Amino acid sequence: MNLAIRDIRYHRGRFILTSIGLGLLLGVVLSMGGIYWGLIADALSILDATRADIWVVQQDTNGPFAESSRIQEDIKYRMALVPGVAQASPLSFQTVQIERMGKPFRFFVIGYDLNGFGGPPIIFAGRNIRQKHYEMVVSKGMKMGIGEKIHLGLHDYTVVGITNKIVSTGGDPVAYVSLSDAQDIQFKNDNNAIRNDRERVSSWLSGIQTLSSAQAKSLKQNIAELKESTHTVNAVVVKLNPGANLTKVQERIVRWNHYRAISNEEQSKILSKGMIEKARMQLGLFRIILLIISAVIISLIIYTSTLDKIKVIATLKLMGARNRVIVGMILQQSLLMGVIAYGIGYILIKLTYEKFPRRIELVPFDLYALFAIVVAICIISSFVGIRKALKVEPAQALGG
Amino acid sequence: MFAIEVQNLTKIYGRGDTAVTGIAEASLQVAPGELVAILGPSGSGKTTLLTSIGLINEPTHGKVILDGTTVADERWIPGIDLKRIRREKIGFIFQFHNLIPFLTALENVMITLEINDTAAKDAKKRAIELLEALNLSHRLNNYPVALSGGELQRVAIARALANRPKMILADEPTAALDTENGMNVMALLKELALKNHSAILVVTHDHRMVENFDKIYEVRDGHIVGEKTTSA
Repeated sequence: MNLAIRDIRYHRGRFILTSIGLGLLLGVVLSMGGIYWGLIADALSILDATRADIWVVQQDTNGPFAESSRIQEDIKYRMALVPGVAQASPLSFQTVQIERMGKPFRFFVIGYDLNGFGGPPIIFAGRNIRQKHYEMVVSKGMKMGIGEKIHLGLHDYTVVGITNKIVSTGGDPVAYVSLSDAQDIQFKNDNNAIRNDRERVSSWLSGIQTLSSAQAKSLKQNIAELKESTHTVNAVVVKLNPGANLTKVQERIVRWNHYRAISNEEQSKILSKGMIEKARMQLGLFRIILLIISAVIISLIIYTSTLDKIKVIATLKLMGARNRVIVGMILQQSLLMGVIAYGIGYILIKLTYEKFPRRIELVPFDLYALFAIVVAICIISSFVGIRKALKVEPAQALGG
Repeated sequence: MFAIEVQNLTKIYGRGDTAVTGIAEASLQVAPGELVAILGPSGSGKTTLLTSIGLINEPTHGKVILDGTTVADERWIPGIDLKRIRREKIGFIFQFHNLIPFLTALENVMITLEINDTAAKDAKKRAIELLEALNLSHRLNNYPVALSGGELQRVAIARALANRPKMILADEPTAALDTENGMNVMALLKELALKNHSAILVVTHDHRMVENFDKIYEVRDGHIVGEKTTSA
């Protein structure tokens, strides 16, 4: 006869309520893990979507996801000539926040070369960008439909396709546009600003007496071209030929072209270590605190439940019950409570995780590890009750 | 041979100035099939005597012999498995029945057998037999909370008998019952003592029940002050 099950059956209301409470707590612990893995998945989603071998970025920087990195678009040609490189493609990144339907609407714009790579990895609905201008592919997270328009910079952009859930490191959904559109959105001034700039340059040049009018005109034209050029990108991504030596290609790019060449693996580390480390520590600490709280709650419940059963335990001892009968009853109850609470927490998260504003990633290892921890906590927590039970004297069964 | 034999049993609680004598130089015998009472007021040492015989309280001096085996001689005999003797040879009945609240009447009887390694199927069969014999067949699946005082004590008796013990120790079994139920319980114990050839030792302060016993030991201030054999 299983005394633990019999006790639970008799006190099922109390047991179910306790398990639900504990389950909610464990659900929060599970979601913490999910948020952490979600942060990593989010942070790496652009890298995964881009599928580059090397990220060529401004020298002495950690690349566009960590700090400002600006390089000229045309270095893609030089990169393409480096031995071992199969393809080089420029990319531009920027976060945009506009007003949409009366609410702030924030997203991350990736500009890519339509003849290169780094664009949307998959199209779920609609099509990819075909025209060089004013078309956009958005990720699911932007919740926009095909044909919807959005005003960015100086122009309207039409959604022509939907890609999967790709987000920036900050969790903002991604929108893809052509590289030239992205550069226009980022750098191109309106006509008034251009006119004002030209006037400022003319006025400055007119103050230089030694310049002839032809020289001044030529200089003004050159300055305007430089100032109005939008051919800047944040990175050039490189794909290697099969069998090419990654390290050698990186060394060559650094030595001869004076850029930093970050491998995809290094880029992942920069993102996960640099940007997620603090979040990881915070979430980890929070999980530990919640697990300690769970342990304390289980201990208290088992202890008070043991106190309720002192007379029962004394009677069993008086009847000659072996200690394992009593220890088994307490331990099994503790384990059952933990396992049921874990199940409730798991089901709760399974049912709700897609409704969280940020991605919750349920990793099997994490789930198994937490289950093992919960089992260990139940065993340890039941020691308090077991210790109390073993101290009960059979004589306590006698009298009132 | 006596089922229960106690020779010069003394139990002292504490030491030195704080020492309190629970029972002193007590001797008694209970034969199989005999229903014997230890009668005395509260605090007289009855329960101390019962707990020493029930292998719960280690005596300070004296000898306890159960079913021909010396279990205590000045102290517990080393190597004796007290739990096993309690499990196999002694049935306990308590003042407040002490049924396990989360087990049904049937399960409360079965647990005694299962603790003693009886297979669940056999335990169930034996428990049903006992409860039917005690007119509780309609209460098998009721929890203690749903039973009357008399029914509770009858389930407790069934539990004490389940293992066919050589001796039954009862601590104030009628104290929580009205006279009619108390009388019924005593009659039942007497019947069982004869039928099962068990030695039944009852601790009581209830003078209403004296006529049921074969022998009465009167205890006062930690001493057995009288022994009376009745004609019952």
